[in-house]
Amino acid sequence: MMANVDWWMIGEATIDTLLMTGFSLLFTVLIGLPVGVLLFLSSPGQAMDNRIVYQTVAFVVNVLRSVPFLILLIVMIPFSRLVVGTALGVQGSIPPLVASAAPFFARLVENVLRELDPGVSEACRAMGATSRQTVLWALLPEATTGILAAIVVTAITLVGYSAMSGVIGGGGLGDLAVRYGYQRYQGDVMAVTVVILVIMVQVFQVFGDRWVARLNRR
Amino acid sequence: MIDLENIRKTYESAGRAVNALVDVNLNIREGEVFGIIGRSGAGKSTLIRMLNLLERPTEGSVRVDGRDITAFSDAQLREYRRSVGMVFQHFNLLRSRTVMDNVCFPLRLSGMPRADREARAREVLNLVGLSDQAHKYPGQLSGGQQQRVGIARALASKPRLLLCDEATSALDPETTQSILRLLGDINQRLGLTIVLITHGMDVIRAVCDRVAVIEGGRIVETGQVLEVFLHPRHDATRALLSESGLDGGEGWRTLAQGVAGRLLRLSFRGDSTATPLLSRLSRDLGLDLSILQGSVGRIKDTPYGQLVVAAEGSGAALEALAPALDAAGVDYEVLRP
Repeated sequence: MMANVDWWMIGEATIDTLLMTGFSLLFTVLIGLPVGVLLFLSSPGQAMDNRIVYQTVAFVVNVLRSVPFLILLIVMIPFSRLVVGTALGVQGSIPPLVASAAPFFARLVENVLRELDPGVSEACRAMGATSRQTVLWALLPEATTGILAAIVVTAITLVGYSAMSGVIGGGGLGDLAVRYGYQRYQGDVMAVTVVILVIMVQVFQVFGDRWVARLNRR
Repeated sequence: MIDLENIRKTYESAGRAVNALVDVNLNIREGEVFGIIGRSGAGKSTLIRMLNLLERPTEGSVRVDGRDITAFSDAQLREYRRSVGMVFQHFNLLRSRTVMDNVCFPLRLSGMPRADREARAREVLNLVGLSDQAHKYPGQLSGGQQQRVGIARALASKPRLLLCDEATSALDPETTQSILRLLGDINQRLGLTIVLITHGMDVIRAVCDRVAVIEGGRIVETGQVLEVFLHPRHDATRALLSESGLDGGEGWRTLAQGVAGRLLRLSFRGDSTATPLLSRLSRDLGLDLSILQGSVGRIKDTPYGQLVVAAEGSGAALEALAPALDAAGVDYEVLRP
């Protein structure tokens, strides 16, 4: 049992996975949140109702979401080299992870905003608020718990995807699982990485839920 | 203060044009409480939204102090909206913010410094009787309290006009009365013009000075509340009155079949309501009077009453009845000679 398991290596890979997830989550939120708000505002019947903007952004989002992540990993190699200087390791994995998760997160944000009581926007309009004030001071604060829940879901998706990036030498637990567990038939390494990934997802979910519940004013 | 001129609002629905408002002309005077009553779908919600242009008219103009607000630029319109408070059926408060922050919100929009807006918020919270709830969240308050927060928020920026969109429709009868009292009080103390929409005649009766009845997107009747209550001219008005049980309905008709004599509907208002008219008529003219139906109530501050009576007696006595009623200042309508 566990003859092949190098705990030092496992520890490093775990940290790499956390780094990949963390940084790609950060950029996913930074990009996905404004895109989600834009999708919501430009959709029919909303404050900045604009068919062309909505259709264009929705198209890009849909394309990125419909490309399988494995393909995206490969397609993004030249872009990753350009942006972060490499297509390998923790750094090289972040651009494709963000490219895949940001559109997903943007859609979640759009849905959260759409689920808000339209009365809030109406009240803001009646009070003479600009669209900017409505979004920043009313809609986003009202959507906080929903957006936090969306961040937790996205983080969990990113843990899974970061493991997949091991296929192209992405680093982290997935990389370990591919190189040792799969290519060298070391089942014990494979098992350990899977267990760690499961624990990681559980921890994200449990703490995420608690965080959301604590901030919920409903 | 506000003049709606030839307003028409048409929606595009499933490729078909639907008229929400047709030929609406309305004048709202400074300082009055003006009620708009109609069933759901009658267009009252669209109509009240014309007053702050949450809905734009397809045709016609909305004049406020002589200026056509439909011609305003976006910035002018925002400025105008800040001088108009609005209260909503479902309160539309920010649930993630405290009562204090909710009331401060319109003041924050206009860039008032924090200390000033909190001071102003405390003033209006005091006015609506919620000064001790400032730190709570809307979710911790009852419906009536939430609507008071809504009213405080609407009053924070010292508006000249307050729009109430079914402000009491989501509340129980007791809370409704207390909110209506608050609105009446605000109208008196601040001299604020109030426009409210409702589907309940009791709301109109409790606070309004004048009322417009809307049906199928048209204003079918406008007038002093007392006039409209005692002498409704349009079927829609009569229907709304009888649904609210405020005109006593048509119950007298079945009773009248078993009763002989002349049938009259008597309408009292003001001081004549409390006079012993029937017993005096009976004594002086030698008439037998039976009451088939009656109601006595109050419209805002004016007592009023309406009775359906059957009068039996000699021809001479019946002849003398009309002049006697005129002398007493009571309106009457002969329902059966």
